[in-house]
Parts: sequence; C-alpha cells; structure tokens
Amino acid sequence: MKFADFICVKAIKPDLASYDKEAVVTELVESLVTAGEIKTADKDDIIAAVMKREELGSTGIGRGVAVPHTKHPSVEKLVGTVGVSVDGVDFNSLDGEKVQLFFLLISPPERPGDHLRALENISRQLRDDTFCRFLKQSKTVDDINQLLEEADNNQFAS
Amino acid sequence: MHAMSNPSCQQIVVVKNEKGLHLRPAELMARLAMQYEATVMVTKDDQSADCKNMLSVLTLGAVQGTQLGLSAEGPDAAEALSAVAELFEAGFHELDAE
Repeated sequence: MKFADFICVKAIKPDLASYDKEAVVTELVESLVTAGEIKTADKDDIIAAVMKREELGSTGIGRGVAVPHTKHPSVEKLVGTVGVSVDGVDFNSLDGEKVQLFFLLISPPERPGDHLRALENISRQLRDDTFCRFLKQSKTVDDINQLLEEADNNQFAS
Repeated sequence: MHAMSNPSCQQIVVVKNEKGLHLRPAELMARLAMQYEATVMVTKDDQSADCKNMLSVLTLGAVQGTQLGLSAEGPDAAEALSAVAELFEAGFHELDAE
C-alpha cells in the first residue's frame, strides 16, 4: 500500500497549532472534515473513538511518530492524513519522545488488512532517517506531499 | 561457574489474532521484551525486526496465520523467548476482546 492510497492531500496539516493530544486529534479530524472525507455530523464521534483508542495505550510508536486511529462505519475506505508539529506534542510515546509526525487513520470496520498494510507502509518509510527528518522539517502541504510521493516511488526505504 | 556466555534460543510462532501484528500487539510485545536483557528478534521470510522496537515490528505487516521465527540472545534469552511466544499463543489477548 502506498501513501497515495490513503492520505488525503487536501487534509495534510503542516505546522499543527495544537499542543496536547486531544487538540491534535481534533485538528487532524477537522482537517478531514474540511477536505470532505468525513461528514461534520460524524466528527465528534470519530474524535471520541480515536481518544478512546489512545486510552488503551498510546499510538506513539517512537522516533517522534504517532499513528492515532480508529474504525468508523461512516468511511467506506481507509482515509488518513498527515500532520507535522514543529515543537512536538507529548503523546505518552513508548520511548518518551515528543511527537512531531502524526498519521491519522480512519478505517471501515471489518477491514483489518488495510489498516495493517497502511501501518506497514508508514513504519517502513519512517525507518529511513532522511525521510523522517525531511518530513519533520516540512513547512507546506506541497513539501509534505512531494515527500510522500517520493516515498511512494521508493526513493527512501528499500 | 563457567565464563560469561550468551545463551540463545529460537522457536516458530504463528500470528493467531484476527487483526494481525498491528499497533497494539507490537506495543505489548515491545513493553514485554523491554523487561528482559536479551535481544529478541522476530523474523518473517528474510525480514527481521527487534521486538523492542515497535516501528521495526510493524514493518513486517504480519497478518493472521503468518508464521514467524522468534529468536533470543542474552543472559535471560530462554525466559524472554517464552514470554514473547506466550503472547503470540494468547493472540495478544485480543481473541476475547471487543
């Protein structure tokens, strides 16, 4: 699975304004609403579901990366977005580091395979130091989208 | 007592839980493996990942039914290996959840 298969470019958020977990999740979900991927009526429910998942254990996977996610019946296919925080947000990550890169994923129920393939892609690409560093330094939607496209074309990880 | 040795051991495990080796299982495994001094590696085909590193484990993209090799090396290798193997056997405690 490639980034282009699930990342909604219109919802990409460089320079996140939020400084805590719930605010970041809200900002990212609202961005998907603005982009037309999620209905306004489902927004609060989705935010609550993502936060509930965080209570089970942080989705901060280390290296300044978090993958907040949930399943929701309102989406027909996996949708996601990317957010970058310049200063980082405390996300209770396993390694204790602040999170600068967020990949929010909303999956339809009963599709665990797609979610797993998205996680596989994200983690494989982020293992590359250059990709990770460039993404954290990105300032615009175009910068981020270009990096994702380059990653999709295998210019980073093997 | 004999000289310092680094025991190692290995075993085959199967991903039993329906959702595969996604984020929560990877986290549970990392937290568990971190309690041991031994290095525990999980291998799928020719790809190996350090169990203590979630990012690395997630790159395997192991779905339900996947056979994986587990290997441990270090002073408490046997204990670490059996603890991680038990987690796979229990389906990461997801079988009865949700």
